[in-house]
Amino acid sequence: MQSRAHEFKQRSATALLDPELKRAMGKAKGGFQQKRRNAVDALPEFEALRQAAREIKEHTLHNLDFYLERYERAVQSAGGQVHWASTTQEAREIILEICRNAGAKRVTKGKSMVGEEMGINEALEQAGFEPVETDLGEYIIQLAKEPPSHIIAPAVHKTKDQITDLFHAHHQKYGLTDRVTEVPAIVNEARTVLREKFLSAEVGITGANFLIAETGSSIIVTNEGNGDLTNTLPRVHIVTAGIEKVVPTLEDVSTILRLLARSATGQEMSVYTTLSTGPKRKEDLDGPGEYHVVLLDNGRSQMLGNEFHEMLRCIRCGACMNHCPVYQSVGGHAYGWVYPGPMGSVLTPLMVGLDKSFDLPNACTLNGRCKEVCPMSIPLPDMLRKLRQRGHEQRLTPFRARAALGLWAYFAKRPRLYQLATRLGMAVLGSLGKRRGRFRRLPFAGGWTDARDLPAPQGVTFQTAFRKRGSQK
Amino acid sequence: MSAARERVLANIRTALNRTGPLADSVTAVLDARLENPRANVKPAVDGEVVQQFLSKLESVHGAVVRVATMEKVSEAVDAHLQQNALSPELVVAPDPLLEDIPWSNRFAIERRAAKGDDRVSVTAAFAGIAETGTLVLLSGAESPTTLNFLPEDHIVVLKVERIVTHMEDAWARLRKERAKMPRTVNLITGPSKTADVEQTIQEGAHGPRRLRVILVG
Repeated sequence: MQSRAHEFKQRSATALLDPELKRAMGKAKGGFQQKRRNAVDALPEFEALRQAAREIKEHTLHNLDFYLERYERAVQSAGGQVHWASTTQEAREIILEICRNAGAKRVTKGKSMVGEEMGINEALEQAGFEPVETDLGEYIIQLAKEPPSHIIAPAVHKTKDQITDLFHAHHQKYGLTDRVTEVPAIVNEARTVLREKFLSAEVGITGANFLIAETGSSIIVTNEGNGDLTNTLPRVHIVTAGIEKVVPTLEDVSTILRLLARSATGQEMSVYTTLSTGPKRKEDLDGPGEYHVVLLDNGRSQMLGNEFHEMLRCIRCGACMNHCPVYQSVGGHAYGWVYPGPMGSVLTPLMVGLDKSFDLPNACTLNGRCKEVCPMSIPLPDMLRKLRQRGHEQRLTPFRARAALGLWAYFAKRPRLYQLATRLGMAVLGSLGKRRGRFRRLPFAGGWTDARDLPAPQGVTFQTAFRKRGSQK
Repeated sequence: MSAARERVLANIRTALNRTGPLADSVTAVLDARLENPRANVKPAVDGEVVQQFLSKLESVHGAVVRVATMEKVSEAVDAHLQQNALSPELVVAPDPLLEDIPWSNRFAIERRAAKGDDRVSVTAAFAGIAETGTLVLLSGAESPTTLNFLPEDHIVVLKVERIVTHMEDAWARLRKERAKMPRTVNLITGPSKTADVEQTIQEGAHGPRRLRVILVG
């Protein structure tokens, strides 16, 4: 997927003025947070599981080459094939090749963020295949020709009325001419349309929440059942996964599964947790004849060795964005690439380039809620700070910000001058703003005053007040 | 694409400050970890496991009926069909456990994989997990996976002695009773659902609209 992360400022400004987006996001936010809270409160072992999950992932990452090779061997002994790709370009070529060899026309897809990373849909379309997203949220945004705006709820930015319009525009060709306006009817109509696609596709592509080294299994976790129809009905099943998805054993995956659904949707278990191990057996009555896994690096091995390696523990639950005030205000599209919210603001600069996404780590209030709710205890705010620092070192910070910081540093390093200047500044602003108590406009402060008033300073400076309190004690 | 394989592995090793694969002495320890999988943290399961299984399953809108013996399964299936005004056409998994049931001759029964327009399927579960009210179904000649997903009503027969406490217990049984992993292991916790339209939960997304468990024993 082409990154537009460099347009964050314009895109977020537009998003903030979009009433439909505000309505949709407002509906989603409270639900996600409350459901997670309830699920976590109901499980006394949550913290212990979190600790154990972190250890499992760290252990695996420290021996990642070993576990990937063991995983590969296990897949092969179950009759499956493993393909390795350093880049998304290599991954796309592998997938197209498999689809061509399968003589495919229609390709059904389960929701997959790594698939978005690879840009599979565009590649399939260009090569003449018909990719069909089958997760309801993904299907909606495929009709709208938009990327997902949330990693587990891709159409969270859409209102019901917008979905009604989309279905009405796209489903008439199937003879479904009534406008469906209620949720049950909307879901039913998608079920009817997609059932036919499931049954006629030659290839099914899913992602993977986990890969198990012990058994060579890939795991998908879903609620709709679309992933299962995608990996069972077509002749060929392709799994796409990042190399960090591997965990050692079924026991290890059980630990992390206890955190995943609770953190994502507040469920104890998602409806369907499915392990796929190789193609259909000789005696089986259904299932795909071929089973392929495409393992994607795309910058992950670089992260493994640097100060961002903890990001590889991420299990893509979406809790960080569900608790992020910036994400909740601007929505996922403003971030401009596959991964939005706090985890995206770390991943996008690392995968796409900090120079092309410099605003993302800066679009953060450092309130720390993402770290608090992260089931894998990833220190997201610390990483965002490190990226800001990197940006500064690479001179990506805009000239005005650098100049202002330089000016501030000049005074900050000279305490007497600093005190004098702040006292002076306060006195001037205080007397200028005395009548109204606030400024509606101020030179050099347009960034602040365009959207809100600046309160006029009152009383003494912080340092003076602090000294006074100290002498009172 | 083996060039890519070598490149990815080399990058990983460089990142981990190594020049080649792990030493044999280290891989021996890691292989032992793989061969003797250990459970980590298992949440406490309060009360009696069967009761826990039933209440967890019901909390995710799985319908449960308990019968004393396999002979009563046919009756329970009939009750489900009548309750939901369904015609007595069943696709039953070719599982010996289900074949031995004295089915009512009211039913038209086929034993095969599912088709797109099948209404009701009956399959047998490998296990039930009390911790979360989850059913464990394995693919195989006797249990086609499509039966778990295509029909609108999925009826699952579960013997009470197949209920285990934790997910890890189900893995232990799987290793003990099967020489190899089946193509698919389905962990099913309730009927299919979606919340993709304004976070409103709607059951019957792409899979079964109703999940009925007949607990035997």
